[in-house]
Amino acid sequence: MASRPLTLYEKVWAAHVVERRDDGTCLIYIDRHLVHEVTSPQAFEGLRAAGRRVRRPDLTLAVPDHNLPTTARVDAEGRELPIADAESATQLSALRHNVSEFDVPYIDALAAEQGIVHVVGPEQGFTLPGTTVVCGDSHTSAHGALGALAFGIGTSEVEHVLATQTLLLSPSKTMEVRVEGKLGFGVSPKDVILAIIGRIGAAGGTGYVIEYTGNVIREMSVEGRLTVANMSIEAGARAGMIAPDDTTFAYIKGRPMAPKGADWDKAVAWWRSLASDPGATYDRTVIIDAAEIAPALTWGTSPEDVVSITGTVPAPDSFADASKREAAQKSLDYMGLTPGTRLQDVPVQHVFIGSCTNSRIEDLRAAAAVADGRHVADGVRAMVVPGSGLVKRQAEAEGLDRIFVTAGFEWREPGCSMCLAMNPDKVPPGERCASTSNRNFVGRQGPGARTHLLSPAMAAAAAVTGHLADVRELMG
Amino acid sequence: MEPVRTVSGKAYPWGAKNVDTDVIIPAHWLKTITRAGLGRGAFETVRAQPGNVFDDPDYAGSPILIAGDNFGCGSSREHAAWALGDMGIKAVIAPSFSDIFSGNAFKNGIVPVVLPQEAVDRLVEVAKTDEVSVDLETMTVTTPFQDRFPFSLDPFRRQCLMEGLDEVGLTLARDTAISKYEAMLDEHRPWIAGESNARTVVEGAGRT
Ligand code: SF4
Repeated sequence: MASRPLTLYEKVWAAHVVERRDDGTCLIYIDRHLVHEVTSPQAFEGLRAAGRRVRRPDLTLAVPDHNLPTTARVDAEGRELPIADAESATQLSALRHNVSEFDVPYIDALAAEQGIVHVVGPEQGFTLPGTTVVCGDSHTSAHGALGALAFGIGTSEVEHVLATQTLLLSPSKTMEVRVEGKLGFGVSPKDVILAIIGRIGAAGGTGYVIEYTGNVIREMSVEGRLTVANMSIEAGARAGMIAPDDTTFAYIKGRPMAPKGADWDKAVAWWRSLASDPGATYDRTVIIDAAEIAPALTWGTSPEDVVSITGTVPAPDSFADASKREAAQKSLDYMGLTPGTRLQDVPVQHVFIGSCTNSRIEDLRAAAAVADGRHVADGVRAMVVPGSGLVKRQAEAEGLDRIFVTAGFEWREPGCSMCLAMNPDKVPPGERCASTSNRNFVGRQGPGARTHLLSPAMAAAAAVTGHLADVRELMG
Repeated sequence: MEPVRTVSGKAYPWGAKNVDTDVIIPAHWLKTITRAGLGRGAFETVRAQPGNVFDDPDYAGSPILIAGDNFGCGSSREHAAWALGDMGIKAVIAPSFSDIFSGNAFKNGIVPVVLPQEAVDRLVEVAKTDEVSVDLETMTVTTPFQDRFPFSLDPFRRQCLMEGLDEVGLTLARDTAISKYEAMLDEHRPWIAGESNARTVVEGAGRT
């Protein structure tokens, strides 16, 4: 049977269909399930209440990240320090209890490998090309950078996967986002994904799985690709995928949970077959010229509110659509910004370098390169939060921690930190944060907090200048 | 799960667009380990404003919420659906929903009703004074004024809602098919469950 050319997404989907129903929904097998402390307690509670077990603990990996304070976790004698917030402590101990009761592989808060789920998965080789990866966290889309079909799920689905290792899903539409050309000086993967979201809009990807293609994506490191795929959800897409290639395989090889020996060769052969076939068609294609992407940041409270660092705060009138005008006005009120202000004149009080979007070693190197030999401006609190304990160690081996600390940054323990206002790292009301995270929603970094999303290098530039700044002016 | 066949009563005539999950339930409410009690945190930032629709005694306890485009965007947190459920909401009417939110709503017995913007505008007007009814039998939203707006739902999800079926139980009944798939997986993609995965990791000093 001659088959039509297929996309990466269609191939991975087809390889995971357990059963197809008449209405087109499919029971899809889940290869990899990441679990953290916030969205799992009620799922384990549900299993317990129904007397059910975890079907495939071996395909599951649990790690705490959202609630953990990013201050020291043990005292001088190596004893675990208590967590001050009672509810956080309860969630964290519920996870410990649940993984032990249900026999789920677990990386404890005190283990060197602990980190943000979406950093740990790829780092451990748990995330693999052509797998289905789920987690009760919307930025699970990050794992698509390795060619996985990866998406966030809710707690009932967490329970469903724990019990059955499957999910009932309808196929998504496909969108190709092709980034071609040559990126300008000082333009990072974060700027690429911000440009994409700015172009297609925060709901532009709803109902789609995006495949990122083009030479700019192919030439990116896996870490850069993780940053791009991570924010697919901010464009409304269910997932974002990048075809696995030699860059991907080199990244995975030798990681603790990656296939080995004969399995490795077999796996790579299969992974190579997953790239979209020539002539495969997408429901929608968006083409972006790399030359048009500048170091960018958000000005408002939606990730689509993207502007070049050389730009000004837009006037609500500049939007054609009435609801967009209204939203812009609200955003400006919340953000405390006046139309026409040059973004580079906007002072910041906080800088956060971290989150599953930008807390890997390359991110820290990029920020350190800007921080090196400079000092955090007066009145700015700047923190660097590595995405995992292994990233932290690596950075320390490279001396990046010294650069940051000498420059006046805080060097902290791994976790979600200031990405969301759930652990002690928060931005106070009315204060402004240059943040490498992925969400600038109202209240995301704390009630009343004002968030500008940008790249690690741009965040470091804001820290040392005390205002939003064009990193190109600080680069050699 | 309680079966849902009709949802009738007062409706919050809100209509706000792009209501994200941080607005539905702010992150600091996510620290719970049970499903109950989140209604107290629902729309906390909206409720902080005087004259908001949720604290208006006219609408207290309404089983229906009317909202604008892209309701439930943002995070995958199911706490958003639990919070709505805990405040007594059984149906949300909007022109569009985020994918993840509508999935979570279904699983918690909340009907996400998609209607065109004009119909939503009309219902916002009606709801200021009168009741609204969502009927899963006839798949229509009606008002006391002869308004009749048809909507559609995935047939399987509709059946689950109407019969109060538990999805996990339904899937566990497909065990033979799942086991067959796993046998295929072991043969063709042995690295998925490969030994290299089993228990490589990693119990920290603090495991209890
Ligand atoms: S860093 Fe932020 S976005 Fe990423 S998993 Fe943690 S809370 Fe979610």
